[in-house]
Amino acid sequence: MSDAPLVLGIETSCDETGVGLVRGRTLLVDAVASSVDEHARFGGVVPEVASRAHLEAMVPTVERACVEAGVRLSDVDAVAVTSGPGLAGALVVGVASAKALALALGVPLYGINHLAAHVAVDVLEHGPLPEPTMALLVSGGHSSLLLVPDVTDDVRPLGRTIDDAAGEAFDKVARLLGLPFPGGPHIDRAAGEGDGAAIAFPRGLTAAHDLRRHRYDFSFSGLKTAVARWVEHREAGGEPVPVADVAASFQEAVVDVLTRKAVLACREQGVDHLLIGGGVAANSRLRVLAEERCAAAGITVRVPRPRLCTDNGAMVAALGAEMVLRGRAPSALDLPADSSMPVTLVRA
Amino acid sequence: MLILALDTSTAAVTAALHDGSAVLAERTALDARKHAELLAPSVDQVLAEAGAGVGDLTAVVVGVGPGPFTGLRVGLVTARVLGAALGVDVHGVCSLDVLAAAADAGETGVDFLVATDARRREVYWARYVRDGDAGPRRVDGPRVDLPREVPSAGLPVVGRGAALYPEQFGDAVGPLEPSAAALAGLAARWLRDGVEGPRAPGTGREPQVRTPDGKGPVPFGLLPPEPLYLRRPDAMTPGARKRVLGRA
Repeated sequence: MSDAPLVLGIETSCDETGVGLVRGRTLLVDAVASSVDEHARFGGVVPEVASRAHLEAMVPTVERACVEAGVRLSDVDAVAVTSGPGLAGALVVGVASAKALALALGVPLYGINHLAAHVAVDVLEHGPLPEPTMALLVSGGHSSLLLVPDVTDDVRPLGRTIDDAAGEAFDKVARLLGLPFPGGPHIDRAAGEGDGAAIAFPRGLTAAHDLRRHRYDFSFSGLKTAVARWVEHREAGGEPVPVADVAASFQEAVVDVLTRKAVLACREQGVDHLLIGGGVAANSRLRVLAEERCAAAGITVRVPRPRLCTDNGAMVAALGAEMVLRGRAPSALDLPADSSMPVTLVRA
Repeated sequence: MLILALDTSTAAVTAALHDGSAVLAERTALDARKHAELLAPSVDQVLAEAGAGVGDLTAVVVGVGPGPFTGLRVGLVTARVLGAALGVDVHGVCSLDVLAAAADAGETGVDFLVATDARRREVYWARYVRDGDAGPRRVDGPRVDLPREVPSAGLPVVGRGAALYPEQFGDAVGPLEPSAAALAGLAARWLRDGVEGPRAPGTGREPQVRTPDGKGPVPFGLLPPEPLYLRRPDAMTPGARKRVLGRA
């Protein structure tokens, strides 16, 4: 595999400056500089803080990636970058960097879709993707069900959140319960001590009439409000809030809907393979319930390891390498950063 | 010597090549929302026009602002990445100094200001004094203020900031945006003359301006390729959580 293309991937759509190096389908390095600590006191990602951090982290992260992979920049055969969707000011730093690298090295540039990259990253862990694959992408910015016949060329959105992303709901409920940002890991940990059936929180868009209009869509805003009401009622009554039970019951409501709709989509679209990606894929209960329900439905589940589920440059490099391997045309040098890039556009 | 000069601190996206004695090629486009799209193709074009390759570059110089943030970063990160990938030096130049250098002495006189658009009804500005053949020297700024807070007192004002607030600054003189050609010329002169910055604060030769973003004084001369934001990011720490039941 030594003559497989060496692809450098850059990801700056949110608060992680990611630089990954992939040779063919082999991960060499996944270097990430995160500004999450700078955002924690604001309770969420501040775009300007993230963009400033990307500028400062870019060159050191590229250099660290090369050192750790034991390659020289001049060995790189192609550069890939997230051109969208994401925070506009943050994307711009990555796109400009990738163009400068492609110019300096005289290699092709691939501007690619962040969501497709979350799907493609699993080739690094579990090999080539079955075609078609159903992808459930859940993070702080996205909650989508995608039918993926070809991750380099054909990604079809089936459903998405109509309000909050799943990860956003985790952050907001964590704050309500006095848990730190980002909320996902803290809710997961607290839930481990609680009873997921303790409180019957609502399952958004699962009623019969909602399933007609929003068959594969998600909604987490109502759930978040229901949790807030429940907690405030307890506080108003002077009773202590059972944090573990609230966390577990909230988490159960989220992962119940996610897995139920993912299995429904697989069945109805005749797809036997489900891939779960995005930061929320690191949630332990989501993994367990997805395995359980997919096993019962005869569907195989692939979940990349948590480090590859959160935003990183390796996923961008992985999709870039697939593009090279499949002979897809590179992007032009006037490639834009597109904050609302549609998922149907895999390569800009 | 082959210098690539870039500036994206204003609505102008501008790139130029300079061989130490003259500008070989320049591309400038005016589009405040397309910095990231336009800059790299412009670099490619000036190289092609000069019949040069990236490997021929000996230095990259970049306007470090002050400027609206998203556009400003495009030039800076492009310069830094090119410098790292090509193994050449990267220098910064205050973008207001570029406008000052390009302004005609007959129009500005000895003492003048440069003002650019800082958005939010403010301007980035600096004050210059002409110093014989050495060209204008910055004696105050860069700063960011409301136009009425700028001590302009009838001085000629160069740049888009003057054009935007004529009631405050009168008719703008000189260029409205910095050009990479002027940047390249200024940087070539400073590189040749060894006008190296930053000097240590307190050496008494430079304006000692404490910038609001805490980066400290901005010396007059070649700078590190660090952005001059002059403002902190807009961010609020969250207050008490909002209650859905409407009771305190």
